[in-house]
Amino acid sequence: MAEKKGIVKEFSKGLVAENPVLRLVLGTCPTLATTTSVESAVGMGLAASVVLVCSNMAISALRKVIPDKVRIPAYIVIIASFVTIVQMAVKAFLPALDEQLGVYLPLIVVNCIILGRAEAFASKNPVLASAVDGLGMGVGFTVALFIMGAVREILGAGSFYGISIPFLAENPMLVFILPPGGFFVYGIIMAAANRLAESKGKPRAELRGCEGCPMAQNCALNNNKKEEASA
Amino acid sequence: MAKRLTVSASPHVRSNETTTGIMLDVILALVPALVMSAIYFGTRALVLTAVTVASCVLSEFVCRKVMKRDNTLGDLSAVVTGIILAFNLPATLPLWMAAIGGIIAIVVVKQMFGGIGQNFVNPAMTARIILMVSFPTAMANWVVSGSDAWSADAITAATPMATLAGAQGGNIAAVSDSLPSIAEMLLGRHGGSMGEVCSIALICGGFYLLLRKVISPIIPFFFIGTVAVFMFFAGGGNIEFVIYQLLGGGLMLGAFFMATDYATSPITKKGKIIFAIGCGLITSVIRIYGSLPEGVSFSIILMNILVPHIENLTLSKPFGFVKEKKQKKEVEA
Repeated sequence: MAEKKGIVKEFSKGLVAENPVLRLVLGTCPTLATTTSVESAVGMGLAASVVLVCSNMAISALRKVIPDKVRIPAYIVIIASFVTIVQMAVKAFLPALDEQLGVYLPLIVVNCIILGRAEAFASKNPVLASAVDGLGMGVGFTVALFIMGAVREILGAGSFYGISIPFLAENPMLVFILPPGGFFVYGIIMAAANRLAESKGKPRAELRGCEGCPMAQNCALNNNKKEEASA
Repeated sequence: MAKRLTVSASPHVRSNETTTGIMLDVILALVPALVMSAIYFGTRALVLTAVTVASCVLSEFVCRKVMKRDNTLGDLSAVVTGIILAFNLPATLPLWMAAIGGIIAIVVVKQMFGGIGQNFVNPAMTARIILMVSFPTAMANWVVSGSDAWSADAITAATPMATLAGAQGGNIAAVSDSLPSIAEMLLGRHGGSMGEVCSIALICGGFYLLLRKVISPIIPFFFIGTVAVFMFFAGGGNIEFVIYQLLGGGLMLGAFFMATDYATSPITKKGKIIFAIGCGLITSVIRIYGSLPEGVSFSIILMNILVPHIENLTLSKPFGFVKEKKQKKEVEA
């Protein structure tokens, strides 16, 4: 029972409390670039989630084999293999999405959410927990992208998932699908997520070094620092 | 000697100047230009102004209520923002777009950063730029002044700025057919934003503010001066070209009413000069080399962002202050 609860917690932390985009501020570049429409935002979110779950499982399974000194190259190789598989699949079955995502699809290789989870979680936890962690983070990423994509597409292009909305389609506020609008929507949603997390008793994400990070409690780097300080 | 000695905390000398008073002066200074725009564009100019002012005032009221802060409507700054915003819009702009502009100016630019005095860029200017980026066609629908802006078939025309952009190297003669005369430029009988067309009215308003000491002459002087010098060289010494450049577009409105905004311009004298020259340079560079015909709004916003750094670099030295000599770092044992 206790273990089951632990698994649920690993999943749910990725949704709000440790949402990779809105609370950890990772993966900002694909977030801003691919949220000009709901379709590409969800496509990006799902593609990254698949890679995240698979790479988390593989890295977790190999965590005792990979030497510590070359772990980053090893992680990158594993992630790149999965990205290649996803890229080929998207190219074969969803060529329109491939065109929309463009360079951001292969760039999932260097997506810091995936590398971050590998380093912070998968390399220290068993396979099942890592898979659930990856799934939670992936869903959090996708949901955040979906919300941003929806706001930006509705206001900036006057449509939702390609379906045009009466009045708005004739007078779209172009600024929302341009970079400045992206940053603006991102900031507002981030503030909302912060508020939501705070109302659930989680600390606010703030700019005050490691302590201000929502992940501070179970972060390896932070724990190492604490150990050093106490030693 | 019956007077009792009052003991109070400093400051002991107070000025009677209040924010409300200053804002009233600015509103008064804007009235001539408003009257002229009503003459040129008909009642629609007044309706547009009313909409932006109402939208600004309402946003300010609601925003302060929601944020549980004091009501600051009394300082009239929202009214000034509304009027200046309307001046920056074409008279034909759909009214709901103008209302969105007011909301952006007050909620996003002003209140989200803490209200009056805390905004780091000029609210009206930013709202204009966001509207311009969002609704490029509606924001470039210039009608010739004198035609009724209410009617759908009002005569549209290129602004003098767009025409001048076609004059390569200050060669005015090539485009003189489509340019209004200098007298028309001064009086405002040409296409452009609602409040920027009549240069004389704006200059009168500007001088009123200078006389009342609401604004210091440094920023308008160096802003307009830099543009004049730059255009003199860019136009190959053609004085007529310089005059058109000075009277066209939003330069007078920007230099007197927007670049001088207290919250977004430097306090120090040196800082003001640097700020104004920067505004002038960016305006001129956009006008001559950029793809847009007009650059006043972008130049003011860009320099607004630099103000904290300008102020840091131009802080005045306290009397008798000696710069600390750099000590050599002691080698750690």
